[in-house]
Amino acid sequence: MSDITSQSLFELISNIKEKKLSSEEITKAFINRAEKSKKLNVYVTDNFEKAIDQSKKFDSNPNFDLKLPGIPIAVKDLFCTNGVRTTAGSKILNNFVPTYESTVTQNLWSQGAILLGKLNCDEFAMGSSNETSFFGNVQNPVGENLVPGGSSGGSSAAVAANLTPVTIGTDTGGSIRQPASFTGTVGLKPTYGSCSRYGIVAFASSLDQAGPMTKNVRDCSMLLEVISSFDQKDSTSIDYKRNNYSKELSKDIKGKKIGIPKEYRVDNMPDEIEHLWKNGISYAKDCGAEIIDISLPHTNYALPTYYIVAPAEASSNLARYDGVKYGFRSPGQNLIEMYEKTRSEGFGDEVKRRIMIGTYVLSSGYYDAYYLKAQKVRQLIKKDFDDAFSKVDAILTPSTPSSAFKIGEKTNDPVSMYLNDIFTVPINLAGLPGISIPAGKDKNNYPLGLQVIGKPFDEQNILNISYALEDKINFKNDISDWWLSE
Amino acid sequence: MSIDLKTVKHISKLARISIDDEKANKLKGDLNNIFEFIEKLNELNTDNVQALTSIAETTLRYRKDEIKSENIREKILKNSPEENKDFFVVPKVVE
Repeated sequence: MSDITSQSLFELISNIKEKKLSSEEITKAFINRAEKSKKLNVYVTDNFEKAIDQSKKFDSNPNFDLKLPGIPIAVKDLFCTNGVRTTAGSKILNNFVPTYESTVTQNLWSQGAILLGKLNCDEFAMGSSNETSFFGNVQNPVGENLVPGGSSGGSSAAVAANLTPVTIGTDTGGSIRQPASFTGTVGLKPTYGSCSRYGIVAFASSLDQAGPMTKNVRDCSMLLEVISSFDQKDSTSIDYKRNNYSKELSKDIKGKKIGIPKEYRVDNMPDEIEHLWKNGISYAKDCGAEIIDISLPHTNYALPTYYIVAPAEASSNLARYDGVKYGFRSPGQNLIEMYEKTRSEGFGDEVKRRIMIGTYVLSSGYYDAYYLKAQKVRQLIKKDFDDAFSKVDAILTPSTPSSAFKIGEKTNDPVSMYLNDIFTVPINLAGLPGISIPAGKDKNNYPLGLQVIGKPFDEQNILNISYALEDKINFKNDISDWWLSE
Repeated sequence: MSIDLKTVKHISKLARISIDDEKANKLKGDLNNIFEFIEKLNELNTDNVQALTSIAETTLRYRKDEIKSENIREKILKNSPEENKDFFVVPKVVE
């Protein structure tokens, strides 16, 4: 049997069911490795003691009918966890201990999973490199001083470094898929309305979705099956029949029509990305898929649209952090001064920047020129996809315009940081499902991902295409454990 | 179009985030860069386009208006920054 922490979710579950491993053994193995991996800075808060207790409890009365029997899982620190501190990577929530549980994490625990701890992320999920976190940057296990992507950077690093079998992140403009691409892991953003937003710290409510981050496509299908559910507590949750994604997973994609959009290219894009994309196309052909050239003409307008819509929604959502009912408070002579000092000291620079953008585009006299304009362009972007999906079943693109970059390289230039999400943002604006799978490496040996985009609620199809491509690509991450300490 | 210092300070007032002059100047530069990037949208004529207001094409659900008494006062007050068993405490509002 291979080392416990390097096993896939599927393998761990088989070993638990066959009684080759106990939940306690597995939980302790991940905790042990975490103790030696502090250099990566993936944990904001650990839940190790309680996790061991819960694993023992599971072993004393195991239920193998559950979908995640006794499996320890760490989650992004954006999911409210009852009785366990939830910070969203922000000073303003540094002392916040929720008294309720998010629906998607509850779905994990209801299927037998055990909370290992809360994973670092960009503050309020605003960032593409995990450098905006109040709790410091995260190291990408792929190489020293590389960013793990963001905002789910603690999550992507934890999966790649074998510190959790799988995890869940959130994706507002690419925050699952971009970090997955940077770390050689798999990340899926489901269709808007698939996974409940209840209990997730809100960033931009019309774009936010939770989704699985895993070592491979099969694990991804297993985890999606658990977290995707209709929920009365989220008014935008959609009631439809969800597939048994893992049962229906198949490499048979014969006859599937896959669109290749000519607009998914940027200036100075490394040759390797174009090369890996071409490889992906030929693998899809080998599997019997039909390749069709398509156009998504408004692609270049997606990022500017996003940087109006997302900050506008964020400025409204983050108005609740006023130092009155929970979180950090800085005292003031009067109520207004208390608000202003609390928010000035409690939020980091990037969050302030976005609140300012959002406040501006929603302010009197500017609403039509910016917010309304953006909502109209968003319609055009969605229509691009509607038109494309009348001809194809799925779309294949690169996940990101570059591989992981150095810590500190882009922190002084917000716009260059925003460009990281150029291939992922359109999918959120259109509410579609998208998955990033590792596709190969660049000349520095850093991973690069390919993205498969699907029709609304067609997660099964993009999982199947990814499953077929994964088999052909046969990606190996070869991470050297350089960060381990005794 | 460019955003001047006065506008930056006005927005920070609306957003209830106090900023000093140094921060305001830095933000002015950042915001102008970002808005220059956003102005790209003006290339598009959207006169006859309907704004997209909801990505999920569903109507909001109705539910019965029922009282669910869960007695959660303690839970709600648990994370309150200034402790008081019955209320949230804020600086004096009425002089």
